[in-house]
Amino acid sequence: MTSNAFSVARIARLTVLSLGALLFLAPYIFMVSTAGKPQSEIFSSSLSLIPQQWSYVENFTKALSRVSMTTLLFNGVIVCALIFVIQIVVAIPCAYAMAKLKFRAARTMMVLVMLGLLVPIHATALPIYVAFDKLSVLNTYTALVAPFSISVFAIFLFLQFFRAMPDDLIHAARLDGMSEAGIVARVIVPNAWPAITAFAIFSVVAHWNDLFWPLIVVTNQDYATPPLGLLYFRAAESGDDYGALMAATLIITLPLVTAFLLAQKRFVEGITMTGLKG
Amino acid sequence: MSVLSLRGITKSYGGNVILKSVGLEAEAGEFIALVGPSGCGKSTLLRIVAGLDHGDTGEIVIGGRDVARMAAADRNVAMVFQSYALYPHLTAGQNIAVPLAMRRLTAMQRLPGIGNFLPGQRQIRTDIQRQVKEMALALKIDHLLDRKPGQMSGGQRQRVALARAMVRRPAVFLMDEPLSNLDANLRVHARGEIVDLHRRAGVPTLYVTHDQSEALSMADRVAVMIGGNLLQLATPKEIYDNPSHIEVARFLGQPKINVLETRIDVAGLVRFGDLVLLANRGQVSDASVKLAIRPEFVRFNPASARRLSARVERMEFLGSEVIVHARLDAIGEVMTSKATPAEAAAWTIGQPVDVEIMPERTMLFDQQGVRLLAEPVAAAAALEKIDG
Repeated sequence: MTSNAFSVARIARLTVLSLGALLFLAPYIFMVSTAGKPQSEIFSSSLSLIPQQWSYVENFTKALSRVSMTTLLFNGVIVCALIFVIQIVVAIPCAYAMAKLKFRAARTMMVLVMLGLLVPIHATALPIYVAFDKLSVLNTYTALVAPFSISVFAIFLFLQFFRAMPDDLIHAARLDGMSEAGIVARVIVPNAWPAITAFAIFSVVAHWNDLFWPLIVVTNQDYATPPLGLLYFRAAESGDDYGALMAATLIITLPLVTAFLLAQKRFVEGITMTGLKG
Repeated sequence: MSVLSLRGITKSYGGNVILKSVGLEAEAGEFIALVGPSGCGKSTLLRIVAGLDHGDTGEIVIGGRDVARMAAADRNVAMVFQSYALYPHLTAGQNIAVPLAMRRLTAMQRLPGIGNFLPGQRQIRTDIQRQVKEMALALKIDHLLDRKPGQMSGGQRQRVALARAMVRRPAVFLMDEPLSNLDANLRVHARGEIVDLHRRAGVPTLYVTHDQSEALSMADRVAVMIGGNLLQLATPKEIYDNPSHIEVARFLGQPKINVLETRIDVAGLVRFGDLVLLANRGQVSDASVKLAIRPEFVRFNPASARRLSARVERMEFLGSEVIVHARLDAIGEVMTSKATPAEAAAWTIGQPVDVEIMPERTMLFDQQGVRLLAEPVAAAAALEKIDG
């Protein structure tokens, strides 16, 4: 009897989960479906998920030919990678110093980090835009990357993680003859992978999907990131060819989706932040 | 020649004095145990010697160099931590190799990739591997070299930590309660191993522990620290038999030493039951003093008409011996005695007994806890002295 009751509870749980998943996946499913429909079918009154007339090839050809999709994806990868690497290079030593070294400015820095967490990019967008204009770096990778190179969120995340690392480990490293930079590179980073992966998800997802900032500093198509490219695509097609637009969107979302599916296990580990023991 | 000398080391954290001018000299190849209750400053002192913490004042001389202002890495000391502090991402073998690689290879040679092509690098690396292997064989952990710390037991980690500390032959070896995370059986076994290793390596060792039996059984000399002061530094036998301060006497010894409040008269005589002690002249007179005697020098005898009577209150059976607690009728204090199980078989709770104290084993301390020199005198002789 218990097994029966258990399976009923299980079915109920699975149903709720499936419905939730369906709700979240619905737009994506609809996007995949629309990407395969010809123009006439999209605007027909009947709603079917399976295209009656398959036009994936047609739509994808359009998506790839109208806008330089490779440039968009390349820009996306370059910008996200640069932002992530610089954020890590800045935040890890900074968080290490704040977590494990004693110095006078530590408190002030903590206050600044907290303040930094409170200020959104939208508040500083205009001054930064003006400054970039004066420096004539608009329409460059610099303009896309520089404002995000110091992530207070990263500092805060790593700070919490490093504080939990045992002090004795760092003491042992010092006695073994490592410099502070050596400790960061040889002891802190190899043990901080869960935190780094967790931050990688936040950073890459946020900047891959960011439309706001590229829209402000980039007008030249050569430097457009994927979401900005989509905007151009709509403008170029007078906003009507939804089949091709959905095909383009699919191409742009695909890298993140595949990356997540491939590294799913590590990502989940990273988010739950299984700390190191002993 | 002393290889390690500490002079006048003080340390305070925001008005909280942790160390009050501590001094200590270690001879070549000596094993010194720093022992004291928790919070006495022994670990702080060790960290100051290691360079992980800085004293407010004081001199630290290692092998003739004053290292007080030097960074930890330049002091040539090695340390074993209570938590072992092994690098969790490296195997045991890599852990042991780290201190050697950091010292023998240049920064360029250590770089992954480029380093492999620099001249001399390969030679040094094979040399390091050989030393790691030797060290591992000496500590019987050669079968563990490919395991990570997470896959090892506490005892195995402790050995790897020892190997990492010893492999580069430091000038001074520091250990911060390395056995306190092991279970009781393993701890006694590991004691012997550490003493053995120390003998073979001959490196002077400072060993911090709160466990008095560890300190007494392992060390050449024991330093007792209490409340930020180093009260006494002497051989285990000397410090047990002849403590210079009441706190040292109280801290060492299981069960605890008996301490009784009594008075010293103008003539420098202390009377307690049948016992009469004559304190050396010029110390104190006509003041209250503390009389101390270890439980093994107290005997409970069948009750008679003698003066020091007591009643058995509690008995602890420990196998080879029995600890008997009895309350003195006259002053209401409890005295402890060590008895053989055969002797103790005669006692029952509440039974009156006579207390016999071995006069030559009694010790006298003044109110501040400082030892007073005193010797037992026969009652008759004492009376003569007063009369004369």
